[in-house]
Amino acid sequence: MSAMWIAVLATAAGCYALKLTGLIVPERLLASPRLRRFAELVPVALLAGLVAVQAGAKGSALVLDPARLAGLAAAVVALLLRAPFLVVIVVAAATAALLRLAGVG
Amino acid sequence: MATPHERGRPGDPVRDDSPVVRPEREGTRAVHPGREDARAVRPVRDGILLGLAVGVSGLAFGAAAVSAGLSVWQASALSLLAYTGASQFALAGAIASGGSLLAGATGAILLGSRNALYSLRLADVLRVRGLARLLAAQGVTDESTALALAQPDPAAARAGFGATFAALYLTWNAATLAGAIGAGRVGSPAALGLDVVGPAAFLALIWPRLASGGTERAVAAGGAVIALTLTPVLPPGAPVILASVAALTAVLGGRPDVARDTATEAAQ
Repeated sequence: MSAMWIAVLATAAGCYALKLTGLIVPERLLASPRLRRFAELVPVALLAGLVAVQAGAKGSALVLDPARLAGLAAAVVALLLRAPFLVVIVVAAATAALLRLAGVG
Repeated sequence: MATPHERGRPGDPVRDDSPVVRPEREGTRAVHPGREDARAVRPVRDGILLGLAVGVSGLAFGAAAVSAGLSVWQASALSLLAYTGASQFALAGAIASGGSLLAGATGAILLGSRNALYSLRLADVLRVRGLARLLAAQGVTDESTALALAQPDPAAARAGFGATFAALYLTWNAATLAGAIGAGRVGSPAALGLDVVGPAAFLALIWPRLASGGTERAVAAGGAVIALTLTPVLPPGAPVILASVAALTAVLGGRPDVARDTATEAAQ
C-alpha cells in the first residue's frame, strides 16, 4: 500500500473516531451541568467562527469580497424579516450571484 | 444587545437543563400555527436543500485533491470515509505544498476535532443507541449539527439530521468524483453564489439561539472574533476550532446556573 493511501485511510479513521467520540461519551459525564452547558454553547461558538471565516477570509488571508458580504447582508435582512430558512439561503446566493454577474467582486 | 423583553421570560431556555432541544425556539422560526405536519416536513426539506447546495463544493475538493497529487480513487475515498470538508481540504493542501504525509494527516485529523464537540452535543439531542451510533457518527458535520440543533423538538432534530446527512453525503461524494475527473473546470460554484450558502445557512440556523439569550450572543460574537483574529496566523481550520474557547470562557465564567446572567450583563 502506498504512503498516500496510508495517509488517506489514517485521516479517514481519525476523523471518524473523533465524530464517534462525542456520541459514546458516558451519560454520567454529560450529567455534569458545566459540561452540558459547554456542549450546548460550543456549537454556537464554532458555527459563528465558521460564518466569520467563510465570510471574511480566503485561506489565511482576510479578504473583503463585496459579492459574498452583500449575500450575507441579504441573509441578515431576510432573517430580520423572519423569512423561512429556504428563502434566506436562496436570497443570499442569488444576491452574490447577481452581483458577480454584474461584475462586482 | 438584549432588549428587555427578551430577558427573564418564564421558562427561559437557558435556565432549563432539559436535555432535549428546547421547544420555545419554534416561536422564533416561521412556524405556521395549526400546521403540525409542517414540523415534520420542514426539517427534512431544509436539510435536503442544505445538503444539495453545500455538497456542490465537493467539486472544488475533487479538483484540489487531484491537482495536489491524489488519485481519483483517493479523493473519493476521503469523501466517502473521512467525510469532513475541512480535514479533507487540509490533507490535500498539505500534500500539494509538499509537506510530509504524516504531518498532513495529523493536521487533518486535529481539524476534525470540532466534530467531536458537535457529537458531544448531538448525543443529547439525537439519543441514538447501540450500533446506530456507528452510522450517525459518520453524519456529524457542521451542516447536520446546525440543522439538528435549530429544530424545536428531538423528532424534528433527528429528521433534520438524517435528511442533511443523506443529501449532503450523496451530493458531496458525487461532486467530489465529478471534480476529480475534471468537471470542476466547466463552471465555478461561486458564480452561482454557492459559496455564500454555507455561511448564510449557518447564520440562519444559529439565529434562534442568538435570539434566545445574551450568553449565546456573547459566545457567538466571541467565537467570530477569535476565528477572524487567528486566521492570518494559524493554518486554515484551526481558528474555527479555537473559537470554542468562547464557549469555554462563558461556562467557566461563573457557576453554571448563574453563568448566563453574568455573561448577559457583560454583553451589554
